[in-house]
Amino acid sequence: MSIDVKTRPGSGAERTGPARQVLDHARAYLSKVRSGEVGALPAVAGIIALCLFFGALDPVFLSVGNLANLFGQGAAVACIAMGLVFVLIIGEIDLSAGFTSGVCAAIMAVILTDLGLSWPVGIGAAVIAGTVIGLTLGALVVKLGIPSFVVTLAAFLAFQGLALIILKEGTNITIDNEFVKDIAGGNLSRSHGWLLLAVTVVVYAAVQLSRWRRRSGRGLVHDPLPVVITRIAALTGLLTATVFLLNLERSANPQLVSLTGVPIVVVLLGALFVVGSFVLHRTRFGRHLYAVGGNREAALRAGVAVDRVRISAFVICSGMAAVGGIVAASRAASVDPNTGGSNVLLLSVGAAVIGGASLFGGKGTVRAALLGGAVVAIINNGMGLMGLSAGVRFAVTGLVLLLAAGVDAMSRGQGRLFGRH
Amino acid sequence: MLLELSRISKSFGPVEVLSEVDLSIDAGEVCALVGDNGAGKSTLVKCIAGIHAIDSGTIAVEGDSHEIGSPRDAAALGIEVVYQDLALCDNLDVVENMFLGREKLRGVVLDDDAMEQLAAETLESLAVRTIRNLRQTVASLSGGQRQTVAIAKAVLWNSRLVILDEPTAALGVAQTRQVLELIRRLADQGLAVLYISHNLNDVFAVADRIAALYLGRMAAVLDAADTTQSQVVELITSGRSNGLGITDSNGVQP
Ligand SMILES: Nc1ncnc2c1ncn2[C@@H]1O[C@H](COP(=O)(O)OP(=O)(O)O)[C@@H](O)[C@H]1O
Ligand SMILES: [Mg+2]
Repeated sequence: MSIDVKTRPGSGAERTGPARQVLDHARAYLSKVRSGEVGALPAVAGIIALCLFFGALDPVFLSVGNLANLFGQGAAVACIAMGLVFVLIIGEIDLSAGFTSGVCAAIMAVILTDLGLSWPVGIGAAVIAGTVIGLTLGALVVKLGIPSFVVTLAAFLAFQGLALIILKEGTNITIDNEFVKDIAGGNLSRSHGWLLLAVTVVVYAAVQLSRWRRRSGRGLVHDPLPVVITRIAALTGLLTATVFLLNLERSANPQLVSLTGVPIVVVLLGALFVVGSFVLHRTRFGRHLYAVGGNREAALRAGVAVDRVRISAFVICSGMAAVGGIVAASRAASVDPNTGGSNVLLLSVGAAVIGGASLFGGKGTVRAALLGGAVVAIINNGMGLMGLSAGVRFAVTGLVLLLAAGVDAMSRGQGRLFGRH
Repeated sequence: MLLELSRISKSFGPVEVLSEVDLSIDAGEVCALVGDNGAGKSTLVKCIAGIHAIDSGTIAVEGDSHEIGSPRDAAALGIEVVYQDLALCDNLDVVENMFLGREKLRGVVLDDDAMEQLAAETLESLAVRTIRNLRQTVASLSGGQRQTVAIAKAVLWNSRLVILDEPTAALGVAQTRQVLELIRRLADQGLAVLYISHNLNDVFAVADRIAALYLGRMAAVLDAADTTQSQVVELITSGRSNGLGITDSNGVQP
């Protein structure tokens, strides 16, 4: 019965070895998926299934013009969703993100059109307004301890009113500024599209390969080289196809007006994705966000500045909402009291959750928000083409969200089944 | 002596939880702290860890007396605590947990490779063979593996004294054995270990010395080799055992 361990020499453990085989890699991935860490899988599968479905029903869905259209339609929601991921990771919610985007867009519109100031002032003011809003929400949640659900629900109502006030009881302000209109309406020239593609692929390959070399050199666990190369090739193929398609003529009447090139909003989304992912996965702040969402008490004991981290998450969320508002204003070339209203917030939360963020906190990536945003955009676009009513579209989007939340809840339950405490 | 506590007292309001407790622990030894529920073991640990301020008495580390006002102060003195409710983040992996709050950076970028390597070396030095993949999330680990991560996290930081509050309370036999082996290895590497437990089998398996708290007072500190379990049981339940234990102010056993 008694366990005597007083004399027991230890022996070194074999943890590092030669590169694991590709098969091992696949097996490890499969077991991860089986244990509930599904990551981006449901969203990617959903995108493929939806594209096949809508493409089969209406070939217009798969046309180049509609592809470009999809990016424009989904961009604002994708921006807001990427920001929401930050507050979802720490286990909070921001219900006011939609109207925050509306308020910021209204501020920009007033500055550009009513005051006639230049676009840097308008965009700068919108982003600063978003930051201040985030700081306020964060301070109320963190310093006063009011649940974020309540604080942001109050802000949801208040900002709806604020937008009305800024827009003088509901006028519609047109945006004439060409720079701002180009954010969602402009396209890169064909050659700039190819240049951007080349730079992206080269940088991605360099990052992946240098990481592989560093880790294999140090004898750390690393993906096998064939897997790394396949990944680079897959991304290159996907991006090349996208740029090729977007560089085709998509105007209905090319003699009158030519319409080609990668939409500028794609570049914006790409840049936000890269910066957001870097912050989340490569910086101490990002690590602390996940820690706070996973176990706040543990983070506190480990010396994480929990309050600061939590407030920062709200600031980022509202800042990204401001960007979303600018994109929405750019696409509509106007701002009205409904900008950022109606279903924008719900679609954004839906996008983040469909992509794999968890309302329980501790989980979520910027990539997931983009993928989830794509799912939401495709559903709305495809059903619009089918001529279905807004009512049907809302109902289906709601069902998809429920499905995604169900996958999340089930993967957590499965974790418990397998002996996690 | 690495750590010397003398005449430590601590009250919560009118309740005196610790009363003039003396205890010293040397490098390279496992000192077990035993006592009934509510005897004050966890409170004593929290006083050393800087979570509770002591009312009176002194805490000396290597002969110099120190004020320990916060967990940060304790960490600076090389004192690390593995808490009863393991403070781990389920959604982070093994390496991320071990370095939480003290991440290694290259510029502003996390140096994940260096952290992973250091974590692997630490686990290797502790002869831990139960954790194969350092990149799996802690949620997927068993109780014993989680405890191992928590302990390895504590020794990563040039710590000199590691305090474990009931580390095996929730574990099965095999996992308890793994953790006890690990505790022994810490001491064999020259760390001082304060090990709190209810289970006397575990205590006798791993401890060099045994300190028994009784209602907030130190009943006796004994060499494990010259002590029997029944003696320790008596000290725990009544505060004394023929000739040993708490005496009143005249030196007579009450
Ligand atoms: N923060 C606190 N406030 C008030 N009383 C406390 C507090 N912490 C512990 N106590 C009391 O101190 C006594 C000793 O508790 P504790 O140190 O947890 O005992 P042990 O760990 O030996 O079981 C108990 O009676 C407990 O109720
Ligand atoms: Mg206790």
